[in-house]
Amino acid sequence: MAMTEASVSAQPEAAKTGSQLEIKNLNAYYGPKLAVRDVTMTIHPNEITALIGPSGCGKSTLLRCLNRMHEAILGARAEGTVLLDGEDIYAQDIDATLVRRRVGMVFQLPTPLRTRSVYENIAIGLRLGGIKNKRTLDEIVERSLRQAALWDEVKDKLQQSGLALSGGQQQRLCIARAIAIEPDVLLMDEPCSALDPVATFRIEELMIELKKQFTIVIVTHNMQQAARVSDRTGVFMVERHDEKSVGELVEYAPTGQIFTTPQDHRTEEYITGRVG
Amino acid sequence: MKTLNMARYRRRKLVDRIMRSMTVVATLLALIPLFLILGYIVIQGASAISWHFLSTDYKVPELSLDGSASDVGGIRYAIIGTLLIAGTATLIALPIGLLAGIYLSEYGKGRFASFVRFATDVLSGSPSIIAGVVVYIVLVKTTKEKYAFYGSVALALLMIPIIVRTTEEILKLVPQTVREAAVALGVPQWKAILTVVLPAATGGILTGIMLAFARAAGETAPLIVTVFVSNSVEYNVFGSMGSLPMYIYRTLDELTSPEQYKVLWGAAFVLTALVLVVNILVRVATRRRV
Ligand SMILES: Nc1ncnc2c1ncn2[C@@H]1O[C@H](COP(=O)(O)OP(=O)(O)OP(=O)(O)O)[C@@H](O)[C@H]1O
Ligand SMILES: [Mg+2]
Repeated sequence: MAMTEASVSAQPEAAKTGSQLEIKNLNAYYGPKLAVRDVTMTIHPNEITALIGPSGCGKSTLLRCLNRMHEAILGARAEGTVLLDGEDIYAQDIDATLVRRRVGMVFQLPTPLRTRSVYENIAIGLRLGGIKNKRTLDEIVERSLRQAALWDEVKDKLQQSGLALSGGQQQRLCIARAIAIEPDVLLMDEPCSALDPVATFRIEELMIELKKQFTIVIVTHNMQQAARVSDRTGVFMVERHDEKSVGELVEYAPTGQIFTTPQDHRTEEYITGRVG
Repeated sequence: MKTLNMARYRRRKLVDRIMRSMTVVATLLALIPLFLILGYIVIQGASAISWHFLSTDYKVPELSLDGSASDVGGIRYAIIGTLLIAGTATLIALPIGLLAGIYLSEYGKGRFASFVRFATDVLSGSPSIIAGVVVYIVLVKTTKEKYAFYGSVALALLMIPIIVRTTEEILKLVPQTVREAAVALGVPQWKAILTVVLPAATGGILTGIMLAFARAAGETAPLIVTVFVSNSVEYNVFGSMGSLPMYIYRTLDELTSPEQYKVLWGAAFVLTALVLVVNILVRVATRRRV
């Protein structure tokens, strides 16, 4: 690869800041079934927001509503408002694919594209976004891999299959792929649940580094993780509503407060291990 | 209690053994004719193969005075004809079958999709002469011509359901997470299918196309009613053309000595080998990509 240390660092790091997400009265459905009810919360720019709660309470569903991935499931739809820096992503004339380019996503299981090399895994999103110039591609691939703290481990394996990496490396590859298209917000759905503690630690370090540039929303089952990395925490619970189980946001506050002086008794029961 | 259990255990074991041997016997019964046919084709056919046989065209057999076998020519024109007719059929069936398969796997959820699935299942089970008759009525009757191209259309009708269903099945094996990963990058769904989902399934889809090609290359009935046979090399699909199945079918009547029957086995051998070679080529080509 014809890239040098100098050529990359000479480029001033784009002074990019994350966006704010204002979620207002959001309801998410699977067919006729209401899965998440009436969520209102504001995700602050350049913070890590953690979503926690027992299984099935709608954390993933809400997360996927934030970049309109929810509606990619057949029959699923969302109602309400999500303002990305003041612009409603659910407005009539907004194209979902454009929303997804501004709000990137990393999934629970690493999803490197099987038939593609490490390099191609990152370049594909760029190419499909219209970047064709080989030098530009090379530069962005290297920059993204560096940002994802993966460059040193894969710089000699760029043409190998993405599957030739370890699980933790694969997940960082997926993070690199997501940040390569320079989103404003990064959504992560249990990004560490398939990883060992060391790999988990590296991703957590990475998230703290990345929040300088991106707004990060992470779903996690690991309460220590939420406490370690996040600035704010939203707690979700399954509640009975009209005779049906529905996910609801029961408390949303700075992380320190959630774990020391929760205001809601359900939060307290959950974090002390009596629920969920 | 214990003895009762033992007896039951023994009986279960016995039943298990009987059932297993029955399946083995049935499998052998099914395979023996298959091996006999294949073996016979190879033994009889291979000895008929010669450069002369592969590189010359048809000659009307003559009765020689001393009773010995006369030269019946070769099958060059038939090999070229089969490749052209089946190849053209593939060109017709491929885009339709591929797109319909993509539709069923990626978009097809409603009643229309169920209907399409049902229709392809029925089509793939129907006798090949039906395809020939349809083309005969629609094309041959109206244009009063029998072109090689019409044969291709009939063969394409047989290939489409196979390609549709294998494409659908293979695409369904591509994990949902792969699609999501692409869509989450802000790629429109159709682009995600073309650039990510389809490449991940190339091997399987090509196998399906191969199966369809193999089926088409060996069909005789649709060609009988749609194509005029030519006994020399033809490259124009809008004209008459020879083919291996038609060669076998027609030469059967004209042969006089058992010696001459060898050419039939030779043609059968070439037809089988043709399908096999294409199959192997595709496999080699796709293995390198994974
Ligand atoms: N594809 C789907 N179709 C129908 N219902 C779904 C679908 N996905 C999730 N649900 C339902 O929506 C509710 C919320 O699910 P969701 O996946 O958001 O929960 P979660 O909080 O992410 O759980 P977990 O912690 O186990 O991942 C659950 O009741 C679930 O059964
Ligand atoms: Mg989940």
